[in-house]
Amino acid sequence: MRRPKLPPTLVWPLAALALVLLYDALTIPGFFHIEMRDGHLYGSLVDILNRGAPVLLLALGMTLVLSTGGVDLSVGAVMAITGATAAGLIARPEGFALAGLDLHGSAPAIVAVSLVAGLAAGLFNGALVAFAEVQPIVATLILMVAGRGVAQLLTAGQIITFEHPGFQFLGSGFVAGLPFPVTVAVAVFLVTAALSRGTALGLFVEAVGDNPTASRFAGVNARMVKLLVYGFCGLCAGIAGLIGTADIKAADANNAGLYMELDAILAAAIGGTSLSGGRFYLSGTLVGALLLQTLTTTILTKGVPPVLTLVVKAAVVVAVCLFQSPKFRAVAGRRFRRDAA
Amino acid sequence: MRGVRRAFPGVLALDGVDFTLRAGEVHALMGENGAGKSTLVKVLTGVYPRDAGEVRLNGELIHPASPQDAQALGISTVYQEVNLIPGLSVAENIMLGRLPRRWGRIDWRAVNRRAEVAMDRLGLHLDVTQPVGSCSIAIQQMTAIARALDVQARALILDEPTSSLDAQEAQNLFAVIRKLRDEGLGIVFITHFLGQVYDIADRITVLRNGKLVGEYETASLPRLELVARMMGRDPDEVAALESARPADAARAEQRTPFLSVRGLGRRGSIRPFDLDVAQGEVVGLAGLLGSGRTEAARLLFGADRAETGAVTAGDRAGVPGSCRQAIAWGLGFCPEDRKAEGIVPNLSVRENIALALQARRGVLRRLSRKQQTEIADRYIRELNIVTPDAETPIRSLSGGNQQKALLARWLAADPRLLILDEPTRGIDVGAKFEVAKAIEELRAAGMAILFISSELEEVVRSCGRVAVLRDREKIGELSGPEVSAQGIMATIAGAAH
Repeated sequence: MRRPKLPPTLVWPLAALALVLLYDALTIPGFFHIEMRDGHLYGSLVDILNRGAPVLLLALGMTLVLSTGGVDLSVGAVMAITGATAAGLIARPEGFALAGLDLHGSAPAIVAVSLVAGLAAGLFNGALVAFAEVQPIVATLILMVAGRGVAQLLTAGQIITFEHPGFQFLGSGFVAGLPFPVTVAVAVFLVTAALSRGTALGLFVEAVGDNPTASRFAGVNARMVKLLVYGFCGLCAGIAGLIGTADIKAADANNAGLYMELDAILAAAIGGTSLSGGRFYLSGTLVGALLLQTLTTTILTKGVPPVLTLVVKAAVVVAVCLFQSPKFRAVAGRRFRRDAA
Repeated sequence: MRGVRRAFPGVLALDGVDFTLRAGEVHALMGENGAGKSTLVKVLTGVYPRDAGEVRLNGELIHPASPQDAQALGISTVYQEVNLIPGLSVAENIMLGRLPRRWGRIDWRAVNRRAEVAMDRLGLHLDVTQPVGSCSIAIQQMTAIARALDVQARALILDEPTSSLDAQEAQNLFAVIRKLRDEGLGIVFITHFLGQVYDIADRITVLRNGKLVGEYETASLPRLELVARMMGRDPDEVAALESARPADAARAEQRTPFLSVRGLGRRGSIRPFDLDVAQGEVVGLAGLLGSGRTEAARLLFGADRAETGAVTAGDRAGVPGSCRQAIAWGLGFCPEDRKAEGIVPNLSVRENIALALQARRGVLRRLSRKQQTEIADRYIRELNIVTPDAETPIRSLSGGNQQKALLARWLAADPRLLILDEPTRGIDVGAKFEVAKAIEELRAAGMAILFISSELEEVVRSCGRVAVLRDREKIGELSGPEVSAQGIMATIAGAAH
């Protein structure tokens, strides 16, 4: 048995991540320091994992969607919907749309109902793309905009705050020393890998994204594949939304998950998944999400003026994306060799 | 046009072609797809510059640099795909780009009046203010012609103007063409439909592989000879060709058909046709390129939805509504356009071979990596697919090896009827031989095969029976000793056989 080589798409994001971490190690004292307090791990690295979990969750679903040649712009709005659903079910405020549904504060039931909302949102996107054959960017734009409206309807326009220790565990609990969101993200990562590579779904997704016509002629049920993938993406967004809501103990229909869809797309793209469909790389997405969060944390820790943070982030992302392009590597390689000669 | 030459990277699309259009004639430009007809037209109308040769209009050397340029010189073109803006009115489409103005504003009354005059000239009286998108294809075609004629055209080029028209609409168009010819216009008429050429053309120029085959008076070129010229044969040589046929033809008579097609058809694609294919039989679909062979296969395989007729495949019957359904019935289809419809370019040879079988098994019953590798390695060995290994992306294989991998995809899925559309196009002789050998082995193993090819020798060699198509219609079926290159060509030409 040959050992599978490290895919070339993983090399550059890993190198970038290593570079940023090296920079941190040299310039930020105690960046790599991790300590155990009350059986919980604390430190900058743990914080990166914890903060990066929601983006990773979104990016996992997004990776599969991108691979089919689509995109899901609505994940941020779906986070707001599930957050609003959960917060509403806990706090039961005046005018809450699901007031008829009393779960008596049972955390598992609240989580389950909220995730059903996320799944439904994803399936709605999937149905538009697969059956109504709306362009993915337009189809998901609908829910990107309307989803926030739905979330506001659910909460009757209020920001709902709540106290519910059981539910808050989702955002701030610890399992085996690690923050619970990290555990969830790792679990979802493994489930995604099992779902896509343990079944034929991954092959179908890549085939549909790479050549839809050939896939149809080979008998691949592209509609079902797309419906499943968008549904899964909605579910992932739902989980991310619950973590976000549990963390801040509030549901804000306007700001929960705002612009997170862009980070998710970025993480997948950095990881080597092509926006035009085809091959996807879950491990690349993992590295991409970590790189984004490490950058953000670094920038915040270094005290870069807030007005500059996005620009710095953009510069690094552009560099990584350029190196992901085989064309750029070829051109740069030629230039480099010519200079050396 | 004299000695016109035009090369594209890797292809010499036009090689020293002469073409003469007289005023007051309809001149048909004939040839198979890729013969150079469109390129010739595009050089003539300034879409492409010419690499060599000269173009003269009324004796004067011209160098049209763009279609607008050519139009100003009096050479107008109506392209195959009607280039109209559906949301604008008929009149606006006719006058677009030269809308008459009055005090700086568009003079709508003049627009509509002049559009009406233009349509009148074509014998059409209709409300020119209605949007073009709401008109029939025939009216849209006329609008495009009216647009081309509104400038003072001396030559009119019609590229496949009848491909989306029915018989009556085509006759109306011909009446218009004759009228324009009698007014002194020179008309170049490009079509796949042989019958229409003899209806309308005064002279015929035949191209093949970018070269001029010849220029003929329509009256002095029998249909059989035209077909032979288009296919690149000398008619005398064809007549001399022996017509010996393989021995299995007699056996075919007794077999019960696996596939039975009755009246399957779709408007604009192919007229209703019947077809039977038995287990262990290879049936050929022959005809010129564009005669409806691929369209017939697509209807059978559910890639396009048939509007009439029904298919019986084994114990299933109905109209295949999707490729998936056709596959469930036991059909397989290797499409003609390998690159666009066959390979999944960035996936490995292994994944490409496993795809159809996996699709048949569904999402949950995944073939393990080991099973996939076994299947892929087996076919790589059996079909002699040249690839570094099964993990190589299929796009980096040569055309012939891609084709063999696609064949392997279907063999792995084990269909009972396999449709092969031009399986040997663009692959080298060795690979052709291997594909032919594989077909014969499959037939012997009891598979039913529908074989589509432009190469008559291949059809004759492989097929016990041949259905012949022309102008999107099945016009005959040959079996046993009738299956010969000459027999097929005679059928296409419409001569008695």
